[in-house]
Amino acid sequence: MATEGHGAQDASGYIVHHLQNLQVCRVDGAWVWNQCEGNFWTINVDSMFFSVFLGLVFIGLFWSVARKATSGVPGRFQAAIESIIEFIDKTVNETFHAKSNVIAPLALTVFVWVFFMNLMDLIPVDWLPLAASKLGIEYLKVVPTTDVNVTFGMSIAVFVLIIFYTIKAKGVTGFVAELTLHPIAPPKSGIGLIFAPVIIAFNFILESVALLAKPLSLSLRLFGNMFAGELIFILIALLGLWQLPLHFGWAVFHILIVTLQAFIFMMLTVVYLALAVEKH
Amino acid sequence: MSITLTLIGQSIAMLVFVLFCMKYIWPPLMQALEERRQQIADGLAAGERAQTDLERARQEADKIIGEARNQAMDIVDQANKRGNTLVDEARTEGQRERERQLEAARTEIEQETNRVREELRGQVSAIAVASAEKILQREIDASTHQDILGKLANEL
Repeated sequence: MATEGHGAQDASGYIVHHLQNLQVCRVDGAWVWNQCEGNFWTINVDSMFFSVFLGLVFIGLFWSVARKATSGVPGRFQAAIESIIEFIDKTVNETFHAKSNVIAPLALTVFVWVFFMNLMDLIPVDWLPLAASKLGIEYLKVVPTTDVNVTFGMSIAVFVLIIFYTIKAKGVTGFVAELTLHPIAPPKSGIGLIFAPVIIAFNFILESVALLAKPLSLSLRLFGNMFAGELIFILIALLGLWQLPLHFGWAVFHILIVTLQAFIFMMLTVVYLALAVEKH
Repeated sequence: MSITLTLIGQSIAMLVFVLFCMKYIWPPLMQALEERRQQIADGLAAGERAQTDLERARQEADKIIGEARNQAMDIVDQANKRGNTLVDEARTEGQRERERQLEAARTEIEQETNRVREELRGQVSAIAVASAEKILQREIDASTHQDILGKLANEL
């Protein structure tokens, strides 16, 4: 679309436009669209819409199979869904050794959902925003995982689960001990006792950072990868006729990234939860 | 590109999806997979069992066939033997019958011979008497010389 525009202003305008979420917020008792800079009480409508929509697609696909699941000869579609289920089940069982009814479904949801959200990246960058603009919607960011709120939202849910599982497996005292008594064990008696508070404080800072780094790295990895990929798609779209082979090449490469990032997000979620449950 | 309420919305959405998946998607699919695994395992075990059963049945059948063959051979042998003895018996019986018949015929012939001989003797004596009567018609009285004629007839 920006092929008609030539100036640097047009190009940067095009990029900025494509990276702008459709936002709604309430300012002074009125709904305001896309003038929400710095306002926490803002909903990124496009991110929410696409993520929930894709989540429903996931639920719909899998539920339609699960409702009619038979142990007899499976249909092609059931076999495909089952192969995904078995893949997830195998991966989770290899990593997470404790018994849990939550981890495997969580991993399945995360994997397929993130995969679908990443997959939106392969739709040519202008199609949906252009269609939306015909309907009078000014901004539309199609790939939910290029929105830092979405990836953080998921990683915070995982973070809550990490804390929940740590406390469930080790108790509140175990959780506190994990934060304070590692990696340097404070002395329990003798003259060294004076240094115990210092060591505990040191441990606490270290372990807190390590704990907080988990959701942060989880979300930023996904966000960074998808955002960069989307940005390159946008840049390629600026190239005129040359974009065709380049877009194709990058899209093929992106199929790998889409799958890989979804898998990494799932895998790390499982690993973090396994660490939360297991004794060191 | 700032942190907004979307984050909380996304977290809630994720939890809802995970819960739904946990309740309605994962268990039935896993159960189906588990059941099918069980069925396949059962099927394989049944196949193996059938294989060994078949092997055993085949051996059994071979044994039975072998026994039947031996039995049949025995029966044939016995039948042959019995046939031979029957033929032998028939032969000896026939031999005996033949001899008996021969003997009977012989005695009959002998009796007939004797009877004919008696008759001939009588006739000869009658002829002799008649001829002697003709010769001696005039001088010899049959009743007077009866003792001589009887002696003569006995000598014939």
